[in-house]
Amino acid sequence: MFFSFFAELREAKVPVSLREYLTLMEAMQKRVAAFDIEDFYFLARTALVKDERHLDRFDRVFGHCFKGSETPADPQTAIPDQWLRKLAERFLTDEEKQLIEALGGWEQLMESLRQRLAEQRSRHQGGGKWIGTAGTSPFGAYGYNPEGVRVGQQGGRNRSAVKVWDRREFRNLDDTVELGTRNIKLALRRLRQFAREGAAEELDLGGTVKSTAHNAGWLDLKLVPERHNVVKLLLFLDVGGSMEDHVRVCEELFSATRSEFKHLIHFYFHNCIYESVWRDSRRRHVEQVPIIELIRTYDRSYRIVLVGDASMSPYEIEKEGGSVERWNDEPGEVWLRRLFEAYPRAVWLNPVPEKYWAGTTSIAMIRRIAENRMFPLTLDGLDRAMRRLKRRG
Amino acid sequence: MLRFEGTDTYVATQDLQVAVNAAIALERPLLVKGEPGTGKTILAHEIARGIAKDLITWHIKSTTKAQQGLYEYDAVSRLRDGQLGDERVHDIANYIVPGKLWEAFEAPEAPVLLIDEIDKADIEFPNDLLLELDRMEFYVYETRRTIRARHRPIVIITSNNEKELPDAFLRRCFFHYIRFPDRETMQRIIDVHFPGLKHELVHEALTIFYDTRQAPGLKKKPSTSELLDWIKLLLVEDISPEVLRTRDPAKLIPPLHGALLKNEEDVHLFERLAFLHRRERSGS
Repeated sequence: MFFSFFAELREAKVPVSLREYLTLMEAMQKRVAAFDIEDFYFLARTALVKDERHLDRFDRVFGHCFKGSETPADPQTAIPDQWLRKLAERFLTDEEKQLIEALGGWEQLMESLRQRLAEQRSRHQGGGKWIGTAGTSPFGAYGYNPEGVRVGQQGGRNRSAVKVWDRREFRNLDDTVELGTRNIKLALRRLRQFAREGAAEELDLGGTVKSTAHNAGWLDLKLVPERHNVVKLLLFLDVGGSMEDHVRVCEELFSATRSEFKHLIHFYFHNCIYESVWRDSRRRHVEQVPIIELIRTYDRSYRIVLVGDASMSPYEIEKEGGSVERWNDEPGEVWLRRLFEAYPRAVWLNPVPEKYWAGTTSIAMIRRIAENRMFPLTLDGLDRAMRRLKRRG
Repeated sequence: MLRFEGTDTYVATQDLQVAVNAAIALERPLLVKGEPGTGKTILAHEIARGIAKDLITWHIKSTTKAQQGLYEYDAVSRLRDGQLGDERVHDIANYIVPGKLWEAFEAPEAPVLLIDEIDKADIEFPNDLLLELDRMEFYVYETRRTIRARHRPIVIITSNNEKELPDAFLRRCFFHYIRFPDRETMQRIIDVHFPGLKHELVHEALTIFYDTRQAPGLKKKPSTSELLDWIKLLLVEDISPEVLRTRDPAKLIPPLHGALLKNEEDVHLFERLAFLHRRERSGS
């Protein structure tokens, strides 16, 4: 019975499996939620959605699939018949009542009002206020002011006037939108890797038992080093120019990364990488770090993340002297390639939404240089980037 | 059938009730997520109280292994006993220490089992518990014995989202995301915790609280538990609603802000906002 709903969820990329569907059926059978669309919505949500990022998608699909089936809360039937009748009686003269009869009777009038309401509802899709202003309704002709007919506010049942799923409160948890510090942290955690290095100071129970057995029962203690996070990262942040808009996101990224890695060293650059980068953006002309020296200092086990919008004039990438900062003997492309060659595990994060990438020449160029390792700065993009960083080469 | 409808100290919204009741009825684990401080851990305590069951809590740390929840074989003390010639050493069962899951399985009446902050553990942790949570049984290799749950416990699992949980694990759970309470719900929560509080004070406090949450760029938004702490402080310090109401731009930072803002940078942010506000005033 709910299979089309299930299919639509899958289409909307909510990862539901048959197992979850069966769970929902089982719960329905056990009457966890019966005869109440709102309870059913909550139940379906708790059974089918397993990640808050998908809640918003679920809400959308639910709204679409069950539109119109939420009879009790539906505006059309929520018009209290008697109440309207009473109103009409109060306002209509006998003469007008006869007129109504002539027009096809009360029932037909109600029918047309219902239709009108339905139209109004679909025009104001998702809106919170409906009715109230049926100024052109046939009722106007009969002498009372429809302004007073505030249908939606009747009774406790209609507190759900804007249906729960139409409110879409989980919109900001969807992972295709941009992200906050916490989200970045979560994505970066994926990079955490543990290895045993350093002084042996943890008791290796398995090893001890084994070697004690070998030792004919005499205790032979074995120790292993503690597990540490070993991910080492070089972070290159683009500052200035077209990045102004994205500086906030980058700052967040930076503050989020600090605590996650064993070594995290950050550098700044402007638009594209040239022969040197700098550690402190205020003293960029004084304290520069040549790329060559950087490659010598940090070995291949470091991973690199470049954050920049890659939006510049193509000359800044492919021509000598293209840098907006100063004269460069070799084009930016050469330096970028050197960097990517020195660090096989590298990604470029781009705060510009992915759909605009095709429109900018320089983005396409850098993508080519980075061998498609450019990812958007969204949670989903970060995820893919981190997965890429875990791979070798 | 058992039904959970909140308790006198815990306000459960309708969606949360449905989720909990689904978990109880179908005897599946319920995974609870949400902003820190929205009452995830408390939920298990209140469920246990609400339906009058025992509560067994298993706090997960980064070093916790799934096996520790089932049982541990205390090899070291057996080794020592062996070397000392203790009689106990002949029976390996003496050295099997039951874990929290075992405890929950053996309970005479189905308890509420809280697995707190499951995301703190290793990534493989949830996978190691799949079968145990699904079939509610496990096998003790050392004694060749199968431990089966007498009654399936009501399992509540909380997560702070530090790690993503494996799909296979998620498929076996119900899921609920505790949304940050709206003003109306918050009012009910405060009523439950501080009955008889002056209406004005609550009103002013809530206004300030939601304003604070709205401030752009906050690192850690204050949550329910911080609000409750703050109100407690306001009561102790006997701060009147009038003080809260004076929107003196020079004092944009709420009184006793230490309970709400837990981050130095956030306090600075507020000071800066106050400063800007003042300058705007004098400028106009």
